[in-house]
Amino acid sequence: MFGVRIHGRGGQGVVTAAELLSLAAFEEGRHAQAFPSFGSERTGAPVVSFCRIAEREIRTREPVSQPDALVVQDPTLLHQVDVFGGLRPDGYVLINSTHGFDELGLGEWTRNFRHERLLTVPASDICRRHIGQMRPNAAMLGGLARLTGIVTLESVCSAIAERFPAGLAERNIAAARECAERVAAQLGASVGA
Amino acid sequence: MLEQLEGSVAVAHAVALCRPEVIPAYPISPQTHIVEGLSAMVKTGELAPCEFINVESEYAAMSVAIGASATGARTYTATASQGLLYMVEALYNASGLGLPIVMTIANRAIGAPINIWNDHSDSMSQRDSGWIQLYVESNQEAIDTHILAFRLAEELSLPVMVCMDGFILTHAYERVDVPSQEQVDRFLSPYEPRQVLDPSEPVTIGAMVGPEAFTEVKYLAHVKQAQALDLIPELARELDGVLGREQGGLVRGYRLQDAETVIVALGSVLGTIEDAIDQQREQGVKVGALGIKAFRPFPLQEVRDALAGAARVVVIEKALAVGIGGIVSQDIHIALGSSATPVHTVIAGLGGRPITSASLTRLIEGALAGELAELTFLDLNAELVERELQRTREKRRSGPHAENMLRDIGVVAAGPV
Repeated sequence: MFGVRIHGRGGQGVVTAAELLSLAAFEEGRHAQAFPSFGSERTGAPVVSFCRIAEREIRTREPVSQPDALVVQDPTLLHQVDVFGGLRPDGYVLINSTHGFDELGLGEWTRNFRHERLLTVPASDICRRHIGQMRPNAAMLGGLARLTGIVTLESVCSAIAERFPAGLAERNIAAARECAERVAAQLGASVGA
Repeated sequence: MLEQLEGSVAVAHAVALCRPEVIPAYPISPQTHIVEGLSAMVKTGELAPCEFINVESEYAAMSVAIGASATGARTYTATASQGLLYMVEALYNASGLGLPIVMTIANRAIGAPINIWNDHSDSMSQRDSGWIQLYVESNQEAIDTHILAFRLAEELSLPVMVCMDGFILTHAYERVDVPSQEQVDRFLSPYEPRQVLDPSEPVTIGAMVGPEAFTEVKYLAHVKQAQALDLIPELARELDGVLGREQGGLVRGYRLQDAETVIVALGSVLGTIEDAIDQQREQGVKVGALGIKAFRPFPLQEVRDALAGAARVVVIEKALAVGIGGIVSQDIHIALGSSATPVHTVIAGLGGRPITSASLTRLIEGALAGELAELTFLDLNAELVERELQRTREKRRSGPHAENMLRDIGVVAAGPV
C-alpha cells in the first residue's frame, strides 16, 4: 500500500489531484482510494486530500497519517500547517516552489530523510505558461509520477484526459509533462552527483 | 463495468438503474452530490421517465415523496443530518402508511454544535420511525444495497433507508462495479403497488384510527418489518446470482471462527476494523468482527448466533445516546439475553473524528487486558473536558462550552486536518 497526502489551498484543485491520481492507478488495473479531508470548503483555506494505491482491495478508511509521498501545492503552507507530519523516513516530497529546500528554510529538516527523494518544481510558473492559471494540481502529478514511479506519466496524462474537457486537458497534460521533465532532470543530476 | 467513481456518483448511477419515477429532493451536505447527479440525469433525459422536483425543504421532500409513492410512482430521495430531522413528522407518515420510498442517508452528525462531518446520530435518531435501515460498508455495497432496497421496499410496502457514511463513503473515489441496466431489470420489475390512489377506484389512505385498532395497526407494522428478516437474505441471494458477487445478508462476520473478542460495528468503519483484526490475528490474538447491515429490523437471532462463542463483545458506536451511552449496545444486550458475556460500549468517530487502526489496536489490547470499561469514548481528550468543567465550577457565567473548548485547543472554527 502506497499512501499519498496532498496539501494545498481551497481553489487549487487539491481534491481533484487525489482523484486524478486514483484514476491513474485504476487505469493501471490497480486499487485506489481517494478522499478529501472534508473541511468546510473555502477558497484559500488549507485543504488536504489523500490517495492510497494498492494491489488488492483497500478496506481502511482512516486518513493517511504516515504518507509515503507528500505533494505540497502551495509553499506558503510550509510554515502554517504541519505538512510533513508522519512522513515515512524513506518518503518522497514534491513541493511547488522555484526555490530549493535550503532556500525554503528546510535544510535542517531534510537531514533525516533521503535527499534524492525531496524535490521542488516551479509548478505555478509551468501552469501559468501552459494553462494560464495557477492551478498546479494535475501538473504536479506528472512530477510525482516521475519522482516515485508509483504510477506512470502516461497513466497520469490519460486520467487528466478523461477527467478534464479536451482543451484544458491538453494544456494540463503539457504542464504535467514539463513537471515530469523537471523532476527527471533533477533526479539525473542527483544520480550524477 | 468497473469504474473509478465518487461514492455519490456511484449511488446516483445505481438509483437511476432502478428507474425511479419521482425524485423530490433538497440539498444538504454530504448528500448533495447524489441528488445533483440524479437531477443532471433527468435533465439530459438519461433517466426517463422521471420527474425531479426541487422542493423547498426536507419536510416538503418527504411530503412530496409520500404523495408520489401513494399514486404508484417509484419514489426516491436522499438527505442527512438536520435535513433528516426536519422531515421527521413526514417520515413517520411514510412508514405508517406503508409507502415503499427508498432514501439514502449520507450519515452526518447533528448539531449543536454545528458539524458537517460523519457519524450516525442522524439515522440512529430515526431507528424507531418504522423505516427499514440498512448500513453499508463500502461504495460497492452502497450500489448493490440500493438495488436491493427498492425490491425490498416494494415487496413489503415499507420505506427503506440506505445509510452510508457521509464524506467517508459519499466523497471517496474508489473502484466499483456498476451493474448493467439488463442486470438490474432482471432483479427489479416495474413497481406494482399494494395500495394506490387511483381516481377510477377511489380509496382513502391515512384514516384516523382510535384506540379500537391503533395497537393492532402498530403491531402489524412490527410484524411487517420483521418479515424483512427473512426477505433480506432471500433477496441478497437472488441479487448475488444476478451480479455475481456476495451481498451478505443481515449481518456479516469477519474471522469469527474461534474469536474470543468480537467487535460489533456498522458502516464504513468495518474496513478499518478488519485491517486491525488481521494485524492482531498475525500475533495470535483471537479477535473477529460482526458487521450489522440490517439495523432495523434488528436481526436478534443472527447476532445471538454470531456472538455465541465470544468471551467479550466490544460495540463501536458512531452515535451517543446522551444519558445512557450506547444505542446499538442496547440491542446487543437484548440479543445476548441472559448470557453473561460482557458488552463494552465504545463511542467513536463522533463528528468526523477519524477512527484509526492505532486507536483500534489500543482498544483491543485494553479489552484483552480487562481494562476496558463498560462505556468508553475512543481517543477522548479528557483534559479538555476537565478544564471546561473547572471553569463552570469556578464561575457561574463561564460562557458557551463549545467556544471555550475550541479556544483551549487553539482552533477558531475548523475541521480535522
